[in-house]
Amino acid sequence: MEVRIQVEDFDLCSELDKIRKRHRDIGAVASFVGIVREHGGISGMELEHYPGMTEAALEAILIEAKHRWAILDATVIHRVGRLEGSEQIVLAIVASPHRKEAFLALEFVVDKLKTEAPLWKKEKTQDGWKWVDAKESDDAAASRWIE
Amino acid sequence: MKVLYFARLREAFGESESIGIATDTRVAEIVSSLKARGEEWEKELSRPFRVAINRKLAGMDAIVKDDDEVAIFPPVTGG
Repeated sequence: MEVRIQVEDFDLCSELDKIRKRHRDIGAVASFVGIVREHGGISGMELEHYPGMTEAALEAILIEAKHRWAILDATVIHRVGRLEGSEQIVLAIVASPHRKEAFLALEFVVDKLKTEAPLWKKEKTQDGWKWVDAKESDDAAASRWIE
Repeated sequence: MKVLYFARLREAFGESESIGIATDTRVAEIVSSLKARGEEWEKELSRPFRVAINRKLAGMDAIVKDDDEVAIFPPVTGG
């Protein structure tokens, strides 16, 4: 399992290949890529994190996913710093023997990441830079995984 | 105790500071003393925030020791 916080862009295919080459028993891989969406006058963003805690929080999410589903491997890469419209922000990949676990664990990882990993977005709007407020809908999405 | 601020709170309060505390101080007491510093502190800390002690989320009742790293930040918005 791999967690990275980085300024540089990432490549889904090469990250997926790394996972595939580490195992012979993967039957399914599910992946999610988050993109900077230009909408309502927002033209870019800046992402801040808490070095050390962000990585630890993401690792804890992957470990929990591994406890809950038969997943074989996972990668999360989150970018920080300045990002423009249409750039990639976040990558999550989950590999498992069969598709069902991969789909479920991937949704779990992304829902949890949005509410538990110390990362903060500031958006560039027509009126200047604005910190994004946490959304209740994200909390609701994460809370559906409470056992 | 070292205190770190992130995002909106970093812009308002600065990146970090060292604060001397008595043994076994609760998070709530630290937050109250920060709020008492002035209008800006009171305003920012009246909005939702989270606290981590040594990089783990902690509640308002958690005990802080003098060599702990305490972080105060807004609810997260990554992804």
